[in-house]
Amino acid sequence: MNSSKSPYYTPEHEAYRESLRRWVATEIEPYADQWDEEGTFPRELYRKAAQIGLIPMGYPEEYGGIPADLFYLIIGAQELARAGAGGVSASLLSHTIGTPPIVRGGSPELKARVLPGILSGEKISALAITEPSGGSDVANLRTRAVRDGDHYVVNGSKTFITSGMRADYYTVAVRTGGPGRDGISLLLIERDRPGFSRTALERKMGWWASDTATLYFEDCRVPVGNLLGEENRGFRLIMENFNQERIFLAAGCNGFSRVCYEEALNYARQRHTFGRPLAEHQVVRHKLVDMLMRINATQAYLESLAWRIEQGERPIADVCLLKNQATLTMEFCAREAVQIFGGAGYLRGNKVERIYREVRVNAIGGGAEEIMRDLAARQLGI
Amino acid sequence: MKILVPVKRVVDYNVKIRVKPDGSGVDTANVKMSMNPFDEIAVEEAIRLKEAGVASEVVAVSCGVAQCQETLRAAMAMGADRGILVQTDVELQPLAVAKLLKAVVEKEQPGLVIAGKQAIDDDANQTGQMLAALLGWPQATFASKVVVTDGKLTVTREVDGGLETLELPLPAVITTDLRLNEPRFATLPNIMKAKKKPIDTLTPEALGVDVTPRLATLKVEEPPKRKAGVMVGSVDELIEKLRNEAKVI
Ligand SMILES: Cc1cc2nc3c(=O)[nH]c(=O)nc-3n(C[C@H](O)[C@H](O)[C@H](O)COP(=O)(O)OP(=O)(O)OC[C@H]3O[C@@H](n4cnc5c(N)ncnc54)[C@H](O)[C@@H]3O)c2cc1C
Ligand SMILES: Cc1cc2nc3c(=O)[nH]c(=O)nc-3n(C[C@H](O)[C@H](O)[C@H](O)COP(=O)(O)OP(=O)(O)OC[C@H]3O[C@@H](n4cnc5c(N)ncnc54)[C@H](O)[C@@H]3O)c2cc1C
Repeated sequence: MNSSKSPYYTPEHEAYRESLRRWVATEIEPYADQWDEEGTFPRELYRKAAQIGLIPMGYPEEYGGIPADLFYLIIGAQELARAGAGGVSASLLSHTIGTPPIVRGGSPELKARVLPGILSGEKISALAITEPSGGSDVANLRTRAVRDGDHYVVNGSKTFITSGMRADYYTVAVRTGGPGRDGISLLLIERDRPGFSRTALERKMGWWASDTATLYFEDCRVPVGNLLGEENRGFRLIMENFNQERIFLAAGCNGFSRVCYEEALNYARQRHTFGRPLAEHQVVRHKLVDMLMRINATQAYLESLAWRIEQGERPIADVCLLKNQATLTMEFCAREAVQIFGGAGYLRGNKVERIYREVRVNAIGGGAEEIMRDLAARQLGI
Repeated sequence: MKILVPVKRVVDYNVKIRVKPDGSGVDTANVKMSMNPFDEIAVEEAIRLKEAGVASEVVAVSCGVAQCQETLRAAMAMGADRGILVQTDVELQPLAVAKLLKAVVEKEQPGLVIAGKQAIDDDANQTGQMLAALLGWPQATFASKVVVTDGKLTVTREVDGGLETLELPLPAVITTDLRLNEPRFATLPNIMKAKKKPIDTLTPEALGVDVTPRLATLKVEEPPKRKAGVMVGSVDELIEKLRNEAKVI
């Protein structure tokens, strides 16, 4: 964000932010409303996003990735957020949750087969953990994978899966062992495996441009070579993945909060009531600075945490608290921005109205606020 | 063939320009600076000529303060191979820049110079023309299309009332118009590579150029504020005002 004097960002970070800002303003922003109303966006955007570096960043060079620190990821999430189109962000970057377990747990052959396609934007990667029976209680998931020779036979279903309709590769959590967390594994399942089908989850509150789906597996045979990590050791991979997802999600949320602030500030300067610009009414200007106070606090937390992670720390409790800080800030900023817009904020076709509808998915997905509080408390030994 | 592309560091086109309270100039403290957009087009054109196999090297050159390095890095992140900074804190006017560029051209011996037609700060629209004159090279300004074949240059220019096509021998100076191309976005790998590309730093003294300003700025003022509009009561009143007040009909 306003980082020119920040210790965390090098001139290269700033140059990339600059380039991405223009890219988002050219390639996404002009179409954001249209794509959201149409409930999709052109698949071509994945290739363009890969070219500019958004998709391959943070992944190993040998598979077409661009090694990059967390601050590049923060820049990526926050610049993309400037379009104010969370659905586009979520699907376009669904590999940020689907692909890390492949990198960490996939065999060299599997990685060489799937990663270059994903990182060049040709193929789409999704993560499938949540099931109709629940998403918070990951340890009790029910989709089964039973070993049969050199295959697993998968039965069960997943729901609320981002990029669920268009993905080519699904990173799927399955039960290979007994009950609880020690019976869970991760499998990479390709879209064209017999016995694998999907239906779209339409009519969502927000994220309209994102293809959310329910997945069905009926005697779907998956080669054992598609196992990610060790059998029955998947829970750990899933949790590690959540940590990165939460940082990324928090960064995006604070980007959306910033959009709310900027849009509201602009509007408040232009709109006159009672003979003065809205911004000159004390109530309204106080709303604006309260937004900024929370945004700045969240950004500082985000960046200091990213720095600690770059130093090798694994501050799980803080990551949970950061995620909540970011979603609560977004909730506050979206509310205040729509309020400042008055009736105009209630109409579709503007960023703040859309962001308002996209608050809850962030507060629920990737670990709901309640779950985050509880995990943080347990981590802190409270 | 080597192509030399001069790039200028200017106030970013999104920034709302503010005049300093004492009227001595424009406020540039803590203001976002970027590459002059016409120069981005010039860099893009040079890179395209390199990609097409016409050019072998693209060298970006910037004249001014130390921070012009950022502008050179931006050019290299787009694809320029290396940079030259002619560093000075003296305020540079077009003639001084043209002389500096001439000295750099003599040192580097490029086959082509592609410059922006003007910079969005002073809108002088002089440097390319002065450079061509000082070098005694042919020039094609306001280019909207550039083709190089068999050592010859064909340039389409946007002129009042249409397009003019020129054929020039090389070496030559081209200045770019807005519609020549759409500059690419710098990609993350290219930004990282640009960090490792070399920048040579020269000074006007080392190049033997006197850059002392020849023009003095007397005063800089804000443009007059637009007056509030008026509602007219009838078409007749509108015509009356257009005729007698605005004097446009
Ligand atoms: C648009 C969208 C996209 C999504 N994309 C994906 C995806 O790509 N991949 C994927 O796997 N999932 C995805 N999800 C699912 C998301 O991760 C889950 O919705 C989330 O984990 C919550 O699970 P649930 O909906 O089953 O709610 P539940 O687990 O049923 O929880 C319901 C509520 O109860 C609370 N709660 C539950 N247990 C406790 C407890 N012990 N103590 C206190 N409170 C509790 C929760 O916090 C929540 O508020 C997506 C969801 C949405 C809406
Ligand atoms: C779905 C819908 C249905 C509607 N139906 C009707 C209808 O049937 N009939 C009708 O007449 N209207 C209707 N309205 C309009 C509604 O009454 C107005 O939107 C409302 O009065 C606010 O006016 P505004 O939108 O112009 O916002 P503004 O007046 O521009 O206010 C914008 C924001 O600034 C705040 N604000 C303004 N002035 C001050 C101040 N001095 N101090 C502090 N804060 C201030 C406001 O509280 C608000 O948050 C409807 C609106 C909607 C969205």
